Amino acid sequence: MTDTVDKTPAPTVPPEQIKAIPVRHYGRWVAGAAVIAILVLIGIAFSNAKINYGVIPDYLTDGTILSGVWHTLYISVLAMVLGLVLGVILAVMRMSSNPVTSTVAWFYVWFFRGTPVLVQLLLWYNISLVFPILNLGFYKDEMNQVMTPFLAALLGLGLNEAAYMSEIVRAGIQSVDEGQTEASHALGMTQGKTLRRVVLPQAMRVIVPPTGNEFINMLKTSSLAYAVQFNELIKRAQDISSTSLAVVEMFFVASIWYLILTTVFSIAQYYIERRYARGSSRNLPPTPLQRLRKNLRLFGSFRRPEVAR
Amino acid sequence: MSSLGKDIAPSTTGHPMVRAEGVHKSFGLAHILKGIDLEVNPREVFCLIGPSGSGKSTFLRCINHLEKISAGRLYVDNELVGYRQRGDKLYELKESEVAAQRRNIGMVFQRFNLFPHMTALENVMEAPVQVRRESKAVARERAERLLDRVGLGDRKGHYPAQLSGGQQQRVAIARALAMEPKLMLFDEPTSALDPELVGEVLDVMRDLAEDGMTMIVVTHEMGFAREVGDSLVFMDDGVVVEAGHPRDVLTNPQHDRTKSFLSKVL
Repeated sequence: MTDTVDKTPAPTVPPEQIKAIPVRHYGRWVAGAAVIAILVLIGIAFSNAKINYGVIPDYLTDGTILSGVWHTLYISVLAMVLGLVLGVILAVMRMSSNPVTSTVAWFYVWFFRGTPVLVQLLLWYNISLVFPILNLGFYKDEMNQVMTPFLAALLGLGLNEAAYMSEIVRAGIQSVDEGQTEASHALGMTQGKTLRRVVLPQAMRVIVPPTGNEFINMLKTSSLAYAVQFNELIKRAQDISSTSLAVVEMFFVASIWYLILTTVFSIAQYYIERRYARGSSRNLPPTPLQRLRKNLRLFGSFRRPEVAR
Repeated sequence: MSSLGKDIAPSTTGHPMVRAEGVHKSFGLAHILKGIDLEVNPREVFCLIGPSGSGKSTFLRCINHLEKISAGRLYVDNELVGYRQRGDKLYELKESEVAAQRRNIGMVFQRFNLFPHMTALENVMEAPVQVRRESKAVARERAERLLDRVGLGDRKGHYPAQLSGGQQQRVAIARALAMEPKLMLFDEPTSALDPELVGEVLDVMRDLAEDGMTMIVVTHEMGFAREVGDSLVFMDDGVVVEAGHPRDVLTNPQHDRTKSFLSKVL
């Protein structure tokens, strides 16, 4: 019942360590040299280009650029939240036994996945062509006043994302063993409770990695919102380059910020995935920090080469 | 392992706990159950044996309406399972009403089906808190008591993946008991276990039987059936072939099909 531990006493005198000459990997050295050579050539080509690299560090922390970064960040987060919530609803609708809801969900995914995001963004921005007046009963206004660049960007990006998220969520729900639903039903839990308490938490393990991927994609897709006059990073970079004429330089500035954002969120994704792996494996893999600390400790008490486990 | 008795609701007497009248079940063209008639009395340990595909697991799953029966009537504690009868018309129960019926029936699965994202304690607490809206403190207190009684008091914080098969199945039994059912269904509870782990699960079940729990057990453990069972039914091809006291059926089978089955498994 309890874990058995190998209690064979370790020999007091360690056997003589093998000191063999390792296999030489000449191929690795050749490949490494080739990679460095190519990188150097590319570097030389770029440094000889007519690009004024000097302005890049200055513009990196420029107020206009920073406001663009902030806009990119929050529109991505909000659109993703909208996509996630709507995606879960659509996935549940799609899998429901009610033929009306499942058809509606199927049609939604078919349409929003089948048309370009850019078109959807522009459609929302120009929705006043279809509905000149927004009338919610308690609220009435000109659609032009309501449909700000922010709202058009949020709806365009978020509703499109929902179509992709619903497929991810559906795959996650379907990955959960049927026995889980049965056990939950046998305990007297209703469909809704079963979904919330038993199925979705387990589906998260399958849902989270592609969702992180979707979010990182969203950070960059949000640049399309420049088409609806939303002040995100690319729009801001272009605003500057239209006066300073540093067009390529500003794209470099924007790209550096995109790289920073995606790196930060890739790290966050690692920790979220780790959290939802609870219970699915006996021992969670160590975080990079824990690994670093362990290696440092090993290094400190280094006496003989570590034997591979 | 001490007594489990306090968790068993006193069974109302006078009528059988389970009554099946001509129960049929078809999956599409496959006719799985072909007219099952039987009665299970309160406090009885009722064993179902038979070759795989004979319909014994399907019948068990009909009792808590995990499967809908195609024809016949099935009563638990004098209440029609899954339907309401008004005059000569049957009305399907709403989902919440089916869920309410299931609260009184505990089920233990071959593959345990513990919730892997919850610890042993959380698994046992889940249904009382979520279904019966019990306070966490009350549910925790009972869950701890139940885990102690199945011999897992020191494994409360473990996730199912950190437990052996036998331990997982004992947690699953505790989880079912936490709803204080009046009937327990066991669907081949030891079939997925390594042989050396079977005993610990059967011990818990024996304990439960001694405390007077009404149990229906689909099993291949003939030793358990003989020792603990009060009645035994041999099913084959969707019908009850032979029924009686376990000792009689197992040692002196009357029917050829029973004889040939027992000669293979004993």
